Amino acid sequence: MEEKQLAILEAKAKEIRFELLQMFGSGKTHHFGGSLSCVEILTALYFYKMNYSFEQKDSPTRDRFIMSKGHSVPTQYVILSMLGLFPPEELRKIKQLGAMLQGHPDINKTPGIEAPTGSLGQGLSYANGIAMAARLDGNDFNIYVVMGDGELQSGQVWEAAMTTSHYRINNIRAVIDLNGYQSQGCVQESLAIEPLEEKWRSFGWHATRVNGHDLSEICRALDETDNIDKPCIIIAETVKGKGISSIEGTFRGHNYALTEEEYKDACDELAIPNGEQE
Amino acid sequence: MSEEATRDRFGEALLQLAREDKNVVALDCDLGRSTRSFHITQADENRFLEMGISEQDMISTAAGMAHEGKIVFANTFAVFATGRCFDQIRQQLSLARLNVKVCGSSAGLTQGPDGATHQAVLDVSLMRTLPNMVVIVPADGPQTEAAVRAAYEHQGPVYLRLSRYNCKNIYKEGYAHDIYKAVELKEGQDVAIVVCGPILGHALEAADLLEKDGVSAGVINIPVIKPLDTEGVMKAAEKYPVLVVVEEHSVYGGLGSAVAETVAEMKVIDKAIVAREGIKDDFGESGTAAELLDKHELDAEGIAKKVMRNI
Repeated sequence: MEEKQLAILEAKAKEIRFELLQMFGSGKTHHFGGSLSCVEILTALYFYKMNYSFEQKDSPTRDRFIMSKGHSVPTQYVILSMLGLFPPEELRKIKQLGAMLQGHPDINKTPGIEAPTGSLGQGLSYANGIAMAARLDGNDFNIYVVMGDGELQSGQVWEAAMTTSHYRINNIRAVIDLNGYQSQGCVQESLAIEPLEEKWRSFGWHATRVNGHDLSEICRALDETDNIDKPCIIIAETVKGKGISSIEGTFRGHNYALTEEEYKDACDELAIPNGEQE
Repeated sequence: MSEEATRDRFGEALLQLAREDKNVVALDCDLGRSTRSFHITQADENRFLEMGISEQDMISTAAGMAHEGKIVFANTFAVFATGRCFDQIRQQLSLARLNVKVCGSSAGLTQGPDGATHQAVLDVSLMRTLPNMVVIVPADGPQTEAAVRAAYEHQGPVYLRLSRYNCKNIYKEGYAHDIYKAVELKEGQDVAIVVCGPILGHALEAADLLEKDGVSAGVINIPVIKPLDTEGVMKAAEKYPVLVVVEEHSVYGGLGSAVAETVAEMKVIDKAIVAREGIKDDFGESGTAAELLDKHELDAEGIAKKVMRNI
């Protein structure tokens, strides 16, 4: 990837993190941890890899994005507003009564949301369904699914993983946001999910592992999937709560309200210096 | 009078729809030859997807297909179709209003020898609680054909309850009624038997038995449990002093509950007493369909007894 393109993507990620913080504010409980950990993953998908834009939002051959870890949808909301799917003012009304932006993805309320998720473990099956329909219609596009690491404890994920490879659905690319923590603690200690590569490979998938905050690594791994004739999983190692040091790398920030002080500090941490803004 | 199981007519009707509309697809969980969903392969083998024994995966896959414009019939035994994947139905069909028809086959006690684990007696209750869900319990072949078409024509999730029980065809071919309306098949004066599903024939026979005992019993068939034809129910509650609702289902949450709720809220003094008759807070067990209907008083003699106890 060219340095210039990488710099643009990195600036996008910064902007998304800052917008997330502004949307969440202080004193209100939000899913900080998992939203912040998947910022680079979604940046790479929406601003680099996916065939998706405001103009293409209804095109039958647009790439599809499924946020299977539905609680992290705020990151998707920020991106969808950046793409013009809805006005940015909506971000400030998240989870308010009557809001367009619900606590978890709602296909009927929010433009650009393609999958009803929230109750975990259902996104990959849903992606398989989209792929099966596309196959019948002769449409060719990719379906990108982002799953959580805690979510992999859900049995339906593995039912779906079997279905994907059984039906040779080779246009699904899943990314695991491996931030290491779930609601009540460390994933490996709560219910161990590793070794992930072996698990996914034995289910017929191509598996790679990347640094989930390194945009060039994520983009390279996504590009590599173009030449692989199998469903692909990218295990992206991330830091829960990435960017806000008071909650980074803890399960505390999974669903959390920042104190006023933490919020101010976070604003300083995530502020985009003058001159770097677009 | 001809006999058939509603699952058989379902398979034929599904095949017919698949021939008419290339967007009709069927999914099944290793029971396609029993549920008759496999019939669709006669139109196009690519429009049948074997999902294996994974009901949760099937419902979510169906939701994804529906999102892309497919009209998806998702099949397995009723006990699994409603219980095992309730959360997937709640989140991805009911809340999301996606166009999937959940087809619960071998429903009720008449599933027979497999026993309680395989006999759906709570399915209508479960599906009726879900917003946006249409719940249909067809009684015979012709009504099943109309039900399958109504499910296809309805844009949104539907639960279709089907049976393996060979029952009498009551209706003429080319079902002449609005499926969403109650049908008074027999007029009476003392009591009306309100009924859904393949025991409809038994209810009609029960009315004949009662007549011999000097009781004038009407028979009202309600194929759509949700949205309930409340107007039809209220009319019946004003016409008859007693409504005895019989169903091959728990008395909690099914047709009996739906009718009782409607009548309870009627703002008139002079209205029917409603009796809910069916499976009384219990499971089934192994036995033949006939033995189980006899034990739970859902055959003609049993229904007649139930009526006599309530008037």
